[in-house]
Amino acid sequence: MNNVFVYCELEGNKVADVSLELLTKGRKLANQLGVQLECVCIGCGLDGVEKQVMPFGVDKVHIFDAEGLFPYTSLPHTSAVVNLFKEEQPQICLLGATVIGRDLGPRVSSALHSGLTADCTQLEIGDFDMKVKVDGAFVDKHYEKQLYQIRPAFGGSIIATIVNPEHRPQMATVRDGVMKKEILDENYQGEVIRHDVAKYVPETDYVVKVLDRHVEKAKHNLKGANIVIAGGYGVGSKEGFDQLFELAKEIHAEVGASRAAVDAGWIDHDRQVGQTGVTVRPKVYIACGISGAIQHIAGMKDSGIIISINSDPNAPINQIADYIINGTVEEVVPKLIKYYKKNSK
Amino acid sequence: MMCSFLFLAYLKYESPSNRKLFTFLVQNLFCFTFADAGIIACKRVNDESINTNLYLYFYMSLKIIVLAKQVPDTRNVGPDAMTPEGTVNRAALPAVFNPEDLNALEQALRLKDANPGSTITMLTMGLPKATEVLREGLFRGADAGCLLTDRALGGADTLATSYSLAQGIKKIGDYDIILCGRQAIDGDTAQVGPQVAEKLGLTQITYTEEILECTKEKIVAKRHIDGGVETVEGPMPIVVTVNGSAAPCRSRNAKLVMKYKKAKTTSEIAALSDEEKAFYESRPYLVIQSWGAADIEADPEQIGKAGSPTNVKAVKNIVFKAKENKTLTSSDADVESLIVELLESNTIG
Repeated sequence: MNNVFVYCELEGNKVADVSLELLTKGRKLANQLGVQLECVCIGCGLDGVEKQVMPFGVDKVHIFDAEGLFPYTSLPHTSAVVNLFKEEQPQICLLGATVIGRDLGPRVSSALHSGLTADCTQLEIGDFDMKVKVDGAFVDKHYEKQLYQIRPAFGGSIIATIVNPEHRPQMATVRDGVMKKEILDENYQGEVIRHDVAKYVPETDYVVKVLDRHVEKAKHNLKGANIVIAGGYGVGSKEGFDQLFELAKEIHAEVGASRAAVDAGWIDHDRQVGQTGVTVRPKVYIACGISGAIQHIAGMKDSGIIISINSDPNAPINQIADYIINGTVEEVVPKLIKYYKKNSK
Repeated sequence: MMCSFLFLAYLKYESPSNRKLFTFLVQNLFCFTFADAGIIACKRVNDESINTNLYLYFYMSLKIIVLAKQVPDTRNVGPDAMTPEGTVNRAALPAVFNPEDLNALEQALRLKDANPGSTITMLTMGLPKATEVLREGLFRGADAGCLLTDRALGGADTLATSYSLAQGIKKIGDYDIILCGRQAIDGDTAQVGPQVAEKLGLTQITYTEEILECTKEKIVAKRHIDGGVETVEGPMPIVVTVNGSAAPCRSRNAKLVMKYKKAKTTSEIAALSDEEKAFYESRPYLVIQSWGAADIEADPEQIGKAGSPTNVKAVKNIVFKAKENKTLTSSDADVESLIVELLESNTIG
């Protein structure tokens, strides 16, 4: 009871990276709270799935394995999670801020009347004081060991800490790559519980049929790249991005972008770096014409070396940069290509 | 003429119930032998000339609700965007039609185009000023608007918002499909669509890029998933949230702007002179319903701040800790020295 739960997202019988990252975070939170870590795996053909999650320190794996549970559809997964949570009464539930997590999380929180915070960048445990109404008068109430759900908000100008003191579970979604995945112990032993799916999911839930499904391997490896060249509004045009791709080809980098450049239609949405895009931790991050909204910085601040090319010397990103080149992208990028070619041979 | 109706119905509708209807009519009206002639006749029949009721019956019009939100334009955030209490200072920012709600409106308009006789009702919750998005919807082809506005509804998180919207939808009553944007740019949570669906006991299709087929019984839609696309079939009624990658919304229609430019909410009209009130009484299409918490029979425990499980503990403006850094110019010498330094330290190579 009152344990930390992680919803594990599955593609076939493979647990998604984001879920493993959340297990690592969940283990730490559970340790701080002195409770157990449990996870929920819902899908079809899940024999041995527990072997993928146990090493991350899972004490209990709840498995719902039945025809119709893969590919994911909203209602059956919601029923399985909601009915399990009614029995288990978790205090925290973490989900990936993926298409699935953002489809499932809100339904579960609505059904259980609990709070859900989207796209958290940090999760911590701490105390909280709030005035509550008791018999018509406001009194101070102290809540211990609450989950702080921390996220940038509102165009990136602020960081908000959200708590849900009166409702359980405290739910949060976290994007892929934001938390670090770390194996706790290869031989960690937890309990496996295979649930009778029919007891949790009524037949009437299987109303949406997946007629056709294409999942392609990502077109790029932004998340795993050693060097990322990211372009922002200062790149100026689609042609400007062609130059970034040329530089990327030379120095074996991947090209990323800020939201402003994506919104302008200069580059594909799947290359967006930041809170609502991909989180990257490359050795070198070259920010080209990116001013540095908090949401963007949330997705790249752990990069090794940050180089900022910007014509505005006061761009916020310059404050976290190791090298600043005062100049326009148009002027500097061709020079980087030229001198790389000249000196690397 | 009857044959042409039948054929129109047959050609436009292939769903099982319509086939039944077709078969029934054929058998009972003994028109079947004229079927071949019907094809030709049907081509000659101008849509307008057909008896409207029959027409609607065959086409099975849809009742569509579109949820829209007026949002502060977070793409232009200034230093006064937040109040000292940490809530959003909406007055300091330009208010816009939430972009993905426009994508949802376009999907609704396409359904209306394909199914004449369909109606689109827009629903929004916000300050009285949010009427602007309803009017904008009317200018682009929606048929009616409803505004939820009440101090008691303010300060709501996504859950309390969804409850209020679901109550508003129940008040509107009749619907086949509820469309809304995937998420709003002021929160980026993507929670309201699925939560409204849950409150109404409906299923959902999120991240929709295109509605491929939609009848009274079922919907087929293409949706975005991580790393790909998926085509799903679901039952009606349903909640559909529309992704930003869907078709952009058509622009205003000049005729509709003329028709609806004087549209006002019921509370605005109440403040007018008797003469002006009479103007609106004779033109009901210009009346936008304005509802408070009591009108939608909202449980006070589930709306506004009281109905919101989440609390904002702290809000801080982020000040980056400046690192020690090296500032260079864009001169050739500086750029070359940086490249050389990075190559020598094997940082790149």
